[in-house]
Amino acid sequence: MNNTDLTVDICGIKLKNPVIAASGTFGFGREHSDYVDLNKIGGISVKGLTLNPREGNKPPRVAETPAGMLNSVGLQNPGVRYFIENEIQFLRQFSTAIIANIAGNTIEEYCEMAEILSDADIDAIELNVSCPNVKAGCVAFGNTPEGIADITSQVRKHCRKPLIVKLTPNVTSISDIAAAAEDAGADALSLINTLLGMAIDIEARRPILANNTGGLSGPAVKPVAVRMVYEVYRTVKIPIIGMGGISTGNDAVEFLLAGASAVMVGTACLVYPDACIKVCEGIEQYMKRHGFCRVADITGKLMLNT
Amino acid sequence: MSKLLKEVITRVERATDSIFRITVASEYISANAAPGQFVNIKCCDGAQALLRRPISICSVDRSKGEFDLYFQVKGAGTEILAGKKRGDTLDILGPLGRGFDLDIGYRRIAAVGGGIGIFPLLFLLDESKAVVKRSYLGFRSSGQVLLLEEFGERSTSLETATEDGSFGSKGFVTDLLERDIISEEFDMIYACGPYPMLRKISEIAGKHGARCQISMEQRMGCGFGACLTCACMTYTDDGSRHYVRVCSDGPVFNSEDVVFE
Ligand SMILES: Cc1cc2nc3c(=O)[nH]c(=O)nc-3n(C[C@H](O)[C@H](O)[C@H](O)COP(=O)(O)OP(=O)(O)OC[C@H]3O[C@@H](n4cnc5c(N)ncnc54)[C@H](O)[C@@H]3O)c2cc1C
Ligand SMILES: Cc1cc2nc3c(=O)[nH]c(=O)nc-3n(C[C@H](O)[C@H](O)[C@H](O)COP(=O)(O)O)c2cc1C
Ligand code: FES
Repeated sequence: MNNTDLTVDICGIKLKNPVIAASGTFGFGREHSDYVDLNKIGGISVKGLTLNPREGNKPPRVAETPAGMLNSVGLQNPGVRYFIENEIQFLRQFSTAIIANIAGNTIEEYCEMAEILSDADIDAIELNVSCPNVKAGCVAFGNTPEGIADITSQVRKHCRKPLIVKLTPNVTSISDIAAAAEDAGADALSLINTLLGMAIDIEARRPILANNTGGLSGPAVKPVAVRMVYEVYRTVKIPIIGMGGISTGNDAVEFLLAGASAVMVGTACLVYPDACIKVCEGIEQYMKRHGFCRVADITGKLMLNT
Repeated sequence: MSKLLKEVITRVERATDSIFRITVASEYISANAAPGQFVNIKCCDGAQALLRRPISICSVDRSKGEFDLYFQVKGAGTEILAGKKRGDTLDILGPLGRGFDLDIGYRRIAAVGGGIGIFPLLFLLDESKAVVKRSYLGFRSSGQVLLLEEFGERSTSLETATEDGSFGSKGFVTDLLERDIISEEFDMIYACGPYPMLRKISEIAGKHGARCQISMEQRMGCGFGACLTCACMTYTDDGSRHYVRVCSDGPVFNSEDVVFE
């Protein structure tokens, strides 16, 4: 039982292992490449891209919270065209999947980006319809089943790459949202994005973040994320990429058991640049220990208490 | 290039009520660090004090392969650090950031430090080849004063100011700089300290057309350029404003490039 096979196939995206760096925590891979061999990472979801460059929010943009952090970067990025012209070539030196994470203010912007990126050398598009840090726009699309159905179906018409829709946890029923995205043509789902939160400096009587609120990530959100993956898995047939607070292989296995086919690692990549590799090693050890040959064999193998 | 390192602590010492000194044995950091750079420390394993804490490299002993950190206990992370013992390992990323520019042509320099901002200036004075090195250190009050001997040995002159006048002259360290800036004709002013101090120094330098490098502080998610949380607004060549990263485009900037808000 020792030949563990770590490869996974997510709606046609072939990954050498199920561990992907989460958007916004890995830049365009350049910084991390000083510390880790990017060839050993299943994939990289790049920093959220917008049609035009964005400056992002005022600092401070990060606040540590118990077992987590809030961020309010606000999608600072050089724009989708810059990404295509200056970053893809660097990433393509490595054998790792490239996922373009995109966000927009209007559905038309999303469609235009999907169109442009469909002709670029990337492996998939991840729709960020759930960023809590920008005022107008993308969060509104991810909040309701109608909103997500609308944007997914329209982007679908322009997208000639596998389409992953990333879900926000800041909703009443994650499974309703997930079902709407599936029906509208999503090839896969990724969840969760950050939970809207706030931290206050009581001496100054002000929020720590200049933006006042921000997105919570890290170990603190893991139980919420696992529960959401579990609920979504029972609702949809398309593959799920699970994330939220993963920093070890055991954390990742929780997501796989709950129904994820692959995982993303975010905040942990900021603290340990080599976190993806450690998570992958941990998954492999678990597979050996439990006699699983393929990652897909773990997906959804949760046994509920009755 | 910076590396992910596990290094051994060789000394932990209390310097003042709230400031500790930690000496770390690290061939890599001591061989590769430049003044103004910092290390990013994971204070303990796991989810407590989750993010790394940035601390400046205060001095380096290349012959022993050691470097010194001085830090003030503020919250959870530095509290844990202060409890470290000789022989413990320290989980660090470093050396990080763009440090001070020590051009050989800078013959007359000023080093202006405030509070915990004085630490990177010690390493700067060690490495600078300037002929005249004037140090100006500011503290809140006498209880916070430290490292005077070390600064004195490395400087042509050293002056201190405290806000309450309990040590050195009464007032701000920026007053001392302003007094000397015309007569001393510094080729470069190096400064590190709290935001209001740096803003004031930038103003003074700007007014007198003096060149000045400042080390900025910002809350950081990663410390190595990946997350874009440590934004600092700067002017670019064409006069437009852009956010850059304190951790990797800085922490040291030319004062005229920084947009103070
Ligand atoms: C480039 C750089 C160099 C520094 N060098 C030194 C030094 O040599 N000596 C020293 O005493 N201090 C230094 N600081 C400040 C030091 O990083 C903070 O005091 C420390 O992170 C506080 O952590 P804590 O766990 O005590 O506080 P907490 O309040 O528990 O920290 C919570 C979070 O806020 C961040 N944070 C809080 N205050 C600051 C601050 N002033 N700057 C940046 N992040 C902050 C922490 O890193 C952490 O992520 C430096 C900061 C920067 C950016
Ligand atoms: C600093 C930071 C920036 C982020 N930027 C993005 C982004 O641009 N697009 C996006 O879809 N998600 C973004 N996220 C969310 C992460 O991709 C991920 O969904 C979330 O952090 C939960 O995973 P984690 O707990 O492993 O970090 C960001 C998260 C952090 C911490
Ligand atoms: S702290 Fe992450 S980019 Fe500077």
